[in-house]
Amino acid sequence: MKKEEVPQDGDNMHEGTFKQLFYATDNAGQYVPVTSVGWEPENVAMKQAWEEINERVEKARAQVVAGEVSPVVYYMEKTIMDLPLLASYVGKFQWQVKRHMKPAVFNKLSDNMLRKYAAAFKVSVQELKNIK
Amino acid sequence: MDEVLEVMSDIQFSHEQTAHCESGVISNIFRHYGLHISEPMAFGIGAGIFFGHLPFVKVNGVPGTTYRVVPGAIFKRVCKRLGVKIESQTFSSPEKGMEALDRVLETGKPVGLLSSVYYLPYFPPAYRFHFNAHNLVAFGKDGDNYRISDPIMETVTQIDAKSLAEARFAKGFPAPKGKMYYPVEVPKKVSLEQPIREGIKQACSDMLHIPLPFFGVKGMRFLAKRLKHYPEKVGDRKAVLYLGNIIRMQEEIGTGGAGFRFMYAAFLQEAAGILKRDELSEISAELTRIGDTWRNFAFNAGRVCKSRSVNNVSYAELSEMLMQCAAEEEVLFRKLSKVKL
Repeated sequence: MKKEEVPQDGDNMHEGTFKQLFYATDNAGQYVPVTSVGWEPENVAMKQAWEEINERVEKARAQVVAGEVSPVVYYMEKTIMDLPLLASYVGKFQWQVKRHMKPAVFNKLSDNMLRKYAAAFKVSVQELKNIK
Repeated sequence: MDEVLEVMSDIQFSHEQTAHCESGVISNIFRHYGLHISEPMAFGIGAGIFFGHLPFVKVNGVPGTTYRVVPGAIFKRVCKRLGVKIESQTFSSPEKGMEALDRVLETGKPVGLLSSVYYLPYFPPAYRFHFNAHNLVAFGKDGDNYRISDPIMETVTQIDAKSLAEARFAKGFPAPKGKMYYPVEVPKKVSLEQPIREGIKQACSDMLHIPLPFFGVKGMRFLAKRLKHYPEKVGDRKAVLYLGNIIRMQEEIGTGGAGFRFMYAAFLQEAAGILKRDELSEISAELTRIGDTWRNFAFNAGRVCKSRSVNNVSYAELSEMLMQCAAEEEVLFRKLSKVKL
């Protein structure tokens, strides 16, 4: 990649916070560091990954509101966790967390357990229980 | 006395932006001790270039692809080959980990830290996934805030103690467990010739001779074959996600598959001068062209992602391009392994 070919497709994925560094060749073929604000294919893949996440979050929200699943599912999707990761944050087995995803079980959770979930999701217990 | 030292280290720690976190931390920390190694040189001596596709290791349900060696390996190899002695610790609790960090910082030493990107507030939100193998350097404290030199950022930054503790003690795989590391013995002068030779030898071996289908040029062909059948195997929706992940692993901040190809080419160029071997310059130029082939692949893959087209032809074409990358890298590393160094 030549110095002039280093992509500068902003799209604001970096939100203007920084530029990424690449190594590219100058006219004499010598490698030099060059900064880039972003590249189209990467931006596309990144946006797509977030669209997928947002869709899952929205789906989970609808399911919580419909009473099909507990808020644990919604916040797990929102914080981009999966079952093994969430289980290790709250110090439970995966099958236990799975049970907590049932509204009936969730409603009976102890305050202590709710605090653990709230801490893992970085929200208050109030926010954890009430999803709009 | 301690205070004086701390101030000195603040003045002296010079942050330089790099392309990749691990090789960047090496280059930045070593320079603090007067050992000047460029980032590509660290990457090359550590034999960082690699390829691996592991369909059974899924990250958020998407098969994993990597363009570099396993995190931590570059650092370990560079230290061994250059004779740098490193103190490295992990901790059972955040309290112990943060206290130990404070104590080393008080002596004026910059400390390398393993952390999760998800909990680093200075990163743009779009990049904050649960990626647990990010490296950064803490080099001082300002009240409750830590002074941070994150190698992929343009300038130094700060982070509050709570976020840093969360980032260092993130859960998941691999759990960083507060890992921190700092040199205890750095030679003032090193000879790079032998470390370069060993690094090149190892890279050739990793790319060509691992007897498993997932790694090196074999791994590229393995991915190429699977990629071709993504649409019929997993459906169009997932196929696009899988493909997106291949691009992201290739280009995302601090990684960069094509980026790694260019970085290794930069290393070979530097090595050619040190070892006085013109062949290495030629191979460097060839690898630059291969990096461009990778970029072309990513560019086309990005177009397939964007159109979300139900088009098997495009997947077959992408597979063909990957096969091309594999063929070219195989030739290159065979040639490199035959250069008399």
